[in-house]
Amino acid sequence: MSMKILVPIKRVVDYNVKIRVKADNSAVELDNVKMSMNPFDEIAVEEAVRLKEAGVAVEVVVVTCGIAAAQDILRSALALGADRAILVEVDVAQSETLQPLAVAKLLKALVGQEQPGLVICGKQAIDDDANQTGQMLAALQGWPQATFASKVVIADGKATVTREVDGGLETLAVTLPAVISTDLRLNEPRYATLPNIMKAKKKPLNILTAASLGVDVAPRLITRSVNEPPKRTAGIRVGDVAQLVDKLKNEPKII
Amino acid sequence: MSILVIAEHDNATLKAGTRNTLSAALKLGITADILVAGYNCQPAARAAASLAGVNKVKVADAAHLADGFAENLASLVVSIAAGYSYILAPASTYGKNFMPRVAALLDVAQISEISAVVDANTFVRPIYAGNALATVESKDAVKVITVRTTSFDAAGDGGSAAIENVLSPADLGCTTLVERELSVSERPELGAAKIVVSGGRGLGNGENYQRVLAPLADKLGAALGASRAAVDAGFVPNDYQVGQTGKIVAPQLYIAVGISGAIQHLAGMKESKVIVAINKDADAPIFQVADYGLVGDLFELVPQLTAAL
Repeated sequence: MSMKILVPIKRVVDYNVKIRVKADNSAVELDNVKMSMNPFDEIAVEEAVRLKEAGVAVEVVVVTCGIAAAQDILRSALALGADRAILVEVDVAQSETLQPLAVAKLLKALVGQEQPGLVICGKQAIDDDANQTGQMLAALQGWPQATFASKVVIADGKATVTREVDGGLETLAVTLPAVISTDLRLNEPRYATLPNIMKAKKKPLNILTAASLGVDVAPRLITRSVNEPPKRTAGIRVGDVAQLVDKLKNEPKII
Repeated sequence: MSILVIAEHDNATLKAGTRNTLSAALKLGITADILVAGYNCQPAARAAASLAGVNKVKVADAAHLADGFAENLASLVVSIAAGYSYILAPASTYGKNFMPRVAALLDVAQISEISAVVDANTFVRPIYAGNALATVESKDAVKVITVRTTSFDAAGDGGSAAIENVLSPADLGCTTLVERELSVSERPELGAAKIVVSGGRGLGNGENYQRVLAPLADKLGAALGASRAAVDAGFVPNDYQVGQTGKIVAPQLYIAVGISGAIQHLAGMKESKVIVAINKDADAPIFQVADYGLVGDLFELVPQLTAAL
């Protein structure tokens, strides 16, 4: 099989960072904050690379839609074993309002150019938590989808995917081409080795613009404000189990 | 301003989240229609018709809708979408799966996992795993919305809506079900449980985790959860994980046992109504969000708690 896999990835605030809302409540502060590849996308890259190593795919192409600085996560993906990278570059203002529908349309344009047999993406980005892009791309392409994947087997023109659904697991067989979105259990991404990080610097990274793909990236949702959630304050220390049980039974009347 | 709610059900009964989704819909209008799509799903349709605030139940009953595949479901919803200003579904794995397809096919944004309705076009939704709340205004004529069910009350009974059959578009035929293994646990689902008992690295190993926490969970009728540290250490499978990269939970009562309270974990549980923390380290960050903190040896305290309930 000579399948190409396209892996869309996103640059987000690192999952270990405690985020802060800007003083003017317009957005979450991104200045001087550590940024990384979205963890679910890292799982997607790993899965694609494993499929290539297993001989199921011949090429892994990673793509991100974002500002010039997003090249760093493309290089990280190349260091994990992707072959080639594409940046669909937008300016800072556009990147702040780039929404899943627009990204899905950009990816559709790229799918038209690259003709992958499979798209693997993270189930959601841990910044906007939208959980939409993969499904939207599948719909725009008229392709089947298998979201929240915890196991992927490719054979005979089909992907057999075990999905993490509420209350258990569900295994589907979908015809290819298709979109698969990754859940946490799919794999454990490798660490990039130093030689691979060096090699990644020489791998091709192509830069396109949203305009060159003919996609309108204007937002459909306007963010009116971003606020901190109501703060939880520390409650009380109870001295022993009897006191705890008394509180639970009598104060919040929870049990 | 017509509203359509997509019911989540197993053909026989409605899933609880359908009621909460209806409640969210009824903040946008006086009544809503409900779509029940499935196979031999008349019992679920009758249950939907008896909910308060329902105008009409639309039933699409076809073999190819039996398994709730996103492709067929989205094509059905789009086929009946004309005239609706709002289309809502629960933000469960069911709703999250097909609703973005509906939005893309209608060329509108999806507003994911709303936790409040501000006005006809404006909604609050958690971002960064609930560490911030965004207020967003939709510019689209049709609002495709998934609903964080823990943020809305369950709609009550008392309705007697008419049930109307609708035709379903043909099977797209791109997906087949191979297997479904739903957890046979007697315990409630982690994401929907009213009480969650969660364990961390402090339990030491998987055997201790089960021995100490299972009796407490059984007594409370609670779901079991875990911190990422406990999952990474192999105490329990990944689907137990509560946190930013695991499940986000908001139960009435969350009991954190031997969990230090990393940011990652707090992001997944701090919307719980009441938090109890049991930990031997009095300085553990979990105590900063706990309503009731108990410092001490969990191996003594948890069995005592189980016995005292």
